[in-house]
Amino acid sequence: MAKADSEKIWLSGNEAIARAAWEAGVTVASAYPGTPSTEILENLVKYNDVYTEWAPNEKVALEVGLGASFAGARVLVTMKHVGLNVAADPLFTASYTGCRGGLVIVNADDPEMHSSQNEQDNRNYAFAAKLPMLEPSDPKEALVMLKEAFELSEKYDTPVLFRTTTRLAHVKSLVTVGDRNMGPVEVKIDKDPAKFVMLPGNARARRQAMVGRQQELLSFADSYPGNRIEKGDTKKGIITGGVAYLHAKEALPDVSYLKLGMSWPLPEKKIRDFADSVDELIIVEELDPFYETHIKAMGITCTGKDKIPATGELNAAIVRKSLGGESETLLPPVEMPMRPPNMCPGCPHRGIFYNLSKLDVFVSGDIGCYTLGFLPPLSAMDSCVCMGASIGVAHGLTKALGGEQYKKTVAVIGDSTFLHSGVNSLANMVYNKSHATVLILDNRITAMTGQQQNPASGETLMGEAAQALNLEQLCRAVGVEHVTTVNPHDIKGTDKILKEELKRDATSVIICQAPCVLIPEMRNKKITPLTISVDNCTGCQACVRLGCPAISWQPLTPEEAKSLGKREKQKGYTKISTEMCNGCGQCLAVCKFEAISEVEEG
Amino acid sequence: MKPSGNILFSGVGGQGILLASEITAYALMETGLDAKKSEVHGMAQRGGSVVAHLRYGDTVYSPLIDPGHADFVVAFETMEAVRYLPFMHKDTKVVVNTHKIAPPSVATGKATYPHDILAELAKHNIATFRVDGFEIARTVGEIRAANLALVGALSSFLPVEEDVFLAVMKKRLPRKLEENIAAFKKGREITSL
Repeated sequence: MAKADSEKIWLSGNEAIARAAWEAGVTVASAYPGTPSTEILENLVKYNDVYTEWAPNEKVALEVGLGASFAGARVLVTMKHVGLNVAADPLFTASYTGCRGGLVIVNADDPEMHSSQNEQDNRNYAFAAKLPMLEPSDPKEALVMLKEAFELSEKYDTPVLFRTTTRLAHVKSLVTVGDRNMGPVEVKIDKDPAKFVMLPGNARARRQAMVGRQQELLSFADSYPGNRIEKGDTKKGIITGGVAYLHAKEALPDVSYLKLGMSWPLPEKKIRDFADSVDELIIVEELDPFYETHIKAMGITCTGKDKIPATGELNAAIVRKSLGGESETLLPPVEMPMRPPNMCPGCPHRGIFYNLSKLDVFVSGDIGCYTLGFLPPLSAMDSCVCMGASIGVAHGLTKALGGEQYKKTVAVIGDSTFLHSGVNSLANMVYNKSHATVLILDNRITAMTGQQQNPASGETLMGEAAQALNLEQLCRAVGVEHVTTVNPHDIKGTDKILKEELKRDATSVIICQAPCVLIPEMRNKKITPLTISVDNCTGCQACVRLGCPAISWQPLTPEEAKSLGKREKQKGYTKISTEMCNGCGQCLAVCKFEAISEVEEG
Repeated sequence: MKPSGNILFSGVGGQGILLASEITAYALMETGLDAKKSEVHGMAQRGGSVVAHLRYGDTVYSPLIDPGHADFVVAFETMEAVRYLPFMHKDTKVVVNTHKIAPPSVATGKATYPHDILAELAKHNIATFRVDGFEIARTVGEIRAANLALVGALSSFLPVEEDVFLAVMKKRLPRKLEENIAAFKKGREITSL
């Protein structure tokens, strides 16, 4: 905490948004986890008097948000950028219904794709859905602007999009906190079918209301203090927003700025006045030429993406260099082995991908920790597109391949992803008769984003016990007759079932059930680590091919091999780190030389 | 003019980089400086390379350190110091844990851990301070205290009194305070000679 000022604390963007939601009187919040948005609800749940939940997907989360808003509550809905694609259906019509209680949708973009499959620029959604979008630059602004977003939502009868990026969500800075103030709307049933029932007749009227709202929001944008001019040298004027503002300010501190806190609609009058006040107008923005396109459409001359990259993350150095600064000579990088992420020691997914790596099949993958099954040494994933895609893609493959080839198609999907958007595709496989094998990797948690609960977990975000969805019954209910449950740590048993199910002339599901090693009950479990007898190890590398972080290859020179009493040809042996080993037993199952055993106690 | 600087923390997921960078940031802020920290979660963790940028000064704008502008690199793993060479300049001070963790390609025998990798820093005359974090942690009796030993080694170079660091640690470390303080002091000794 800086100095002794109790009002100022150091928070991440996501922590600041959670704090702001509480201060704004939010009483309902729904989300599906997704980097870099997940920590918002993980923090909001710590505050009193707010109902928070993990929804099975972003569409559901937004619909929950809409309902709560119709009842008059202030609502926060959060998701990552690709999640807004899933929620786009309710989003576009929520723009018509508007709201009662303030409804703010936090959308977290991921330029540079630190943890995402694409880097779409979701400012485009604000334009397309005709919704206002606020965009802070740092946690301090995020806290202030989120509260403004709720006022904006209620005043203009509109959901408000609130865009963050990785370098706001996961950046910490000093913020000023305040007290909780409840919104002015009374929470009650307030029937208003002309506004809430979007049949064509009503929707046409609402469409006209939106036209009026757009005009009002334009005036608001021109008067909004979050769109501010910072006068400097007028030879260059920069229009920028979000984290790009901070990079630009760092690179060119002395020029004039129009800093946009509102990304849509744009403050046309302010932009014209600013453009007239500077000799050269430059737009500095991350990803798409969004401001630039719309400013050019106003007939204003400016430059932007002809200089500044439209892909990846910006930093001050890129802005400086793009705008004519001298490029610095950097010390050259040194070639060395990469250090990609890996599945944890004892991860149940590893056993599945080990088995798949031995089979001649096309593995249609999905989004989760198990996507890491793509990486060597397992290298057992052949496609991965978006949440829930694995099953639809596998079905498409079988329909195209036909004949016996369909027996070489496997879909791999996690429990959370299956319940997010995989189950419809499974119904399609049964209904439209394809015979691919679907592996549901059920580790009882949404692991990749940091162990969030899902409908199969048996617990809610708020820590209450919940009905744990039975995946086997669900698969049977959509018509899958062949549902088998295996323990993925049992490599040989799983291999047998896999081979049997691949041969089957019917849709089949294998539920691979073993909990994520990072959930509390597993962390607290007593572990009996494994160890390798150097004497018995022949250096066959079967266990090494599991790619477990606890297992490492120790190379031997012929002399060293000889001194250990081994054949000179033995190139090395394997070691297990007892500190890292989780005792899952997968390596024990693949070792043919009885070299691996449990560490003896004492 | 208030002091300003850029500290890059690097290492492998799960090494306590987060806590180390937070303790450092809070100590800097105690002296009235502004501080911003940037890190990446999600896919980038899981045993992969992890990096956190910490910037301090009168007012900090960008949350990211520009390549060539890290004044200090605190590496929790040996190779992970050298990976960030393009972020260093001729006066960068590197505090490096001599502990080595094999990346997957090395652990699976497809590559070897580079021999004497720190020579790459010496080549450019970069001041490098080696800390045997693992050994210090063992000596103080808390295996997870290696990160505080590295913070201790870094602390000698920062415009913050030792007492401020100790006060921050007392306030922010939930347990094993004595062991962590001992590790911090042992780290600090290495660079304050």
